Amino acid sequence: MKNSITSKRRDVLKTMAGFAASLLVPKVVRGEKASAKPFDWADDSIHYDPHDHKWGMGVDIDKCIGCGRCANACKIENDVPKEPFFFRTWVERYEVHENGETTIDCPNGAVDGFEKKSGDDDVLRSFFVPKLCNHCENPPCVQVCPVGATYQSADGVVLVDADYCLGCRYCIQACPYGARFLHPVTRTAEKCTFCYHRIVRGEEPACVEACPTEARIFGELDQKASPLHRFKRMNHIGVLKPALNTEPKVFYANLDMEVK
Amino acid sequence: MEEIVQHLTPLLDQVTGYIYPNEIELHWGLLVVIYPYLTGLVAGAFILASLVKVFNVKELQPTYRLSLLTALAFIVIAPLPLLAHLGHPEKSFEIFLTPNVNSAMAMFGFVYAWYLMAVLLLELWFDFRQDLVTMANESKGFKRLFYRTISLFSKDLSEKAIAFDHKAVRVITIIGIPSAFLLHGYVGFLFGSIKANPWWSSVLIPIVFLFSAIVSGVALVILLYMVITPLRNKVVDMLCLDKLASYLFYIMIVDFSLEILDFIHRVYESEESISILASLVQNKLFSSLVIMQVLMGMILPLFTIAAVKTFKVPADLRKLLYFISAILVQVGIFSTRWNVVIGGQLFSKSFMGLTTYKMTFFGLEGLLVSIGLLIMPFIILWILIKILDPWRSEDAALSTPTTGQ
Amino acid sequence: MNNWISKIPEQIKLLAVVVTVIITAFLIVRPMLIPAGFGEQGHFRSGALNDAVAVQFKYAGKASCVECHDDMTDMLAGGYHKKLSCEVCHGPLAGHIDDPDENTPSFPRERTLCPVCHEYLSSRPTGFPQIVSQSHNSLKACISCHEPHDPVPPDVPSQCSACHGEISRSKAVSHHVDIECEFCHTTPELHKTSPRQYRPSKPQNREFCGQCHTKNSKHNTKAPRIDLATHETRYDCWQCHYPHLPEAR
Repeated sequence: MKNSITSKRRDVLKTMAGFAASLLVPKVVRGEKASAKPFDWADDSIHYDPHDHKWGMGVDIDKCIGCGRCANACKIENDVPKEPFFFRTWVERYEVHENGETTIDCPNGAVDGFEKKSGDDDVLRSFFVPKLCNHCENPPCVQVCPVGATYQSADGVVLVDADYCLGCRYCIQACPYGARFLHPVTRTAEKCTFCYHRIVRGEEPACVEACPTEARIFGELDQKASPLHRFKRMNHIGVLKPALNTEPKVFYANLDMEVK
Repeated sequence: MEEIVQHLTPLLDQVTGYIYPNEIELHWGLLVVIYPYLTGLVAGAFILASLVKVFNVKELQPTYRLSLLTALAFIVIAPLPLLAHLGHPEKSFEIFLTPNVNSAMAMFGFVYAWYLMAVLLLELWFDFRQDLVTMANESKGFKRLFYRTISLFSKDLSEKAIAFDHKAVRVITIIGIPSAFLLHGYVGFLFGSIKANPWWSSVLIPIVFLFSAIVSGVALVILLYMVITPLRNKVVDMLCLDKLASYLFYIMIVDFSLEILDFIHRVYESEESISILASLVQNKLFSSLVIMQVLMGMILPLFTIAAVKTFKVPADLRKLLYFISAILVQVGIFSTRWNVVIGGQLFSKSFMGLTTYKMTFFGLEGLLVSIGLLIMPFIILWILIKILDPWRSEDAALSTPTTGQ
Repeated sequence: MNNWISKIPEQIKLLAVVVTVIITAFLIVRPMLIPAGFGEQGHFRSGALNDAVAVQFKYAGKASCVECHDDMTDMLAGGYHKKLSCEVCHGPLAGHIDDPDENTPSFPRERTLCPVCHEYLSSRPTGFPQIVSQSHNSLKACISCHEPHDPVPPDVPSQCSACHGEISRSKAVSHHVDIECEFCHTTPELHKTSPRQYRPSKPQNREFCGQCHTKNSKHNTKAPRIDLATHETRYDCWQCHYPHLPEAR
């Protein structure tokens, strides 16, 4: 997935950070060895070890019909405030015009779908792009969180500990994708969890469940028997803002250069 | 909840182009503008003070203690706007419990604590120890106990001990200069290290922050010195004031050059973000950046001080011009902080649109609290001056004519 | 020894006491306040994982529906909506599993639901069945003609325009208005039931268009003529001219 030069450089950086850390913070707190022992869930019915999984999502832009059922289902499943300022996932409509300009719109995050736009006669090409947290392998939000309230679980899912979050919003500033928001009631950072409560119980995320055209594929990255593996084999794949080296784990098939 | 919705709904109409749906709420408001402004004043005032001790600039001696106390008064308030902007200020202690070593912000607590305790308080304590002991000896009752306590029950007034105080002050100042650089350069790094935001992400930002901090600190001490001295029925020392203005002038030139370099570099490299940034500067930031920050806050005072240096200007007019320049500089540096913090959030990270910041008046993040936070350091400074009486020995020296220089 | 201590300036001794008190207090208090389990799984509170999974399901998932409603899901499995999850139309129904009588599904019958997916939008992928609801039996509910669990047109479409409305509308205002779809496309019968799997044919070469448009064609005399041998020979006709609206520039 990543080439050896970048991973080597990251090792060097990790070593350096580790050295700096050893000067400042006791070992227990640093959690250097993310222990290999399976996590002891409070809910006994869960038999899920984060160390055995690596989750990702595939999004086929050519299959997205812009119905917004994913955005709608996400709001319901995760009790996301209904107001049009808070989204864990949303769908954008792109229209590339003949004069080279691109217009994007996303009325209410596409929770109610899209309506025909007037004056789209000069459109060269047009398509929908579902967006969500990219669960970056190299997440800038986790890097900047001052207290360890946003973190990457062993399965690669980036989560927020609402109980521990200060609400400093540095993570919101650091996310290049606009995937985070401050929950208006709890005053803590919030974002897509890949429906963590569902995936630990063997269910798919709500947006994937709700997608009528299989434009969203959820699955394991490190296993061959995974719909995501085939998705990555059969399509030309792009990720959002690759130059920022965040290494997203949301993979887009048929991604257009105009997608921001 | 309803309040937030009422606040955000009208903003939807003011978006031009496309912004990501979560970007309508601007997260770092006026309070986060004030935070780097205040810390900048701290670092600037301290570096001015250190000129006296480390580089032995004798002309600035009258402002030495004033600068140090100013730094203290402002650093006490500096974390308050940060605290007030948190969603959960009551959890802020977690930053000391489980600091994430990869997070620039996590280091804030440590940098701040180091600077406050190991540098400022320590230097002030050594510098004022002799006075504190004397004042304790001269007073009675509660006052005596108070001075005793803050002198940490020190009593030694021997020549050797006082010589040690002087030596300690010098050593701490030498440590203090890099610490002050660290404090404010670090604040710049908080913004400069955000790769998602092209307006912030620049290696120059920490250095620009640092020099603008010194500029604002020196200008503040000029203002305070010019206001407080007449209040004490003393005469402003023109040698000192001219020297302060000179330092202000030279540092402003460095600061301005760095800002221009940053500007030219961005325009010349002309990266993906250049069109949205250009539109940001031409629309949303035109008055606060081009007019307030550059013309009023930088070019006008630079020309004024340059004119004063070139032509023979009578002392009274000189004072007036310095005073006006220092106020303009404050306005300019405040605009700098505004343009960095607010400006960096007025464009979408999709680079496809601009949004708006609507300031509130009431509430924790409103204008009222911010004005309060800007006034508080001056009240604290007044209290510190009352308690510590920084010009004690100076006044005593003047009242006994036999003690000449 | 005593001599050595007395040589230390008073100030240092006092400050040493203060510093020791502060650091000791920090070192004692800090471990007491760090939440349990912090750092066990990484630099975060392990309990946060339990919080993350404590969310109540709202969507039960199609697998749960199958358990009782296999008649409906069987019907679904044979049609175009086979990949559709029941809860997309009937609403989130996790509560229905716990108490089927209390939490009942919604049965939307309005004309507003289906167009969320099937209204014609130029941004939707070509080939996805779309209608313009204003002109498509505008007073009838969708389900009066279409069974949503096995949605096929009331009788297998006799006209291409039923699904390819945008093309038929373009063609209607073009010079090609009188040319039937079948003139250029041969359409396998199975395309009507499995449109993506069985595709209609498309013209293969320049000579096809040349039937009418070459200078010595014997067809329709009004059609613009070109010399096939010299006119932009590297390209196929449809690389420059859109066949459904050939006058568009």
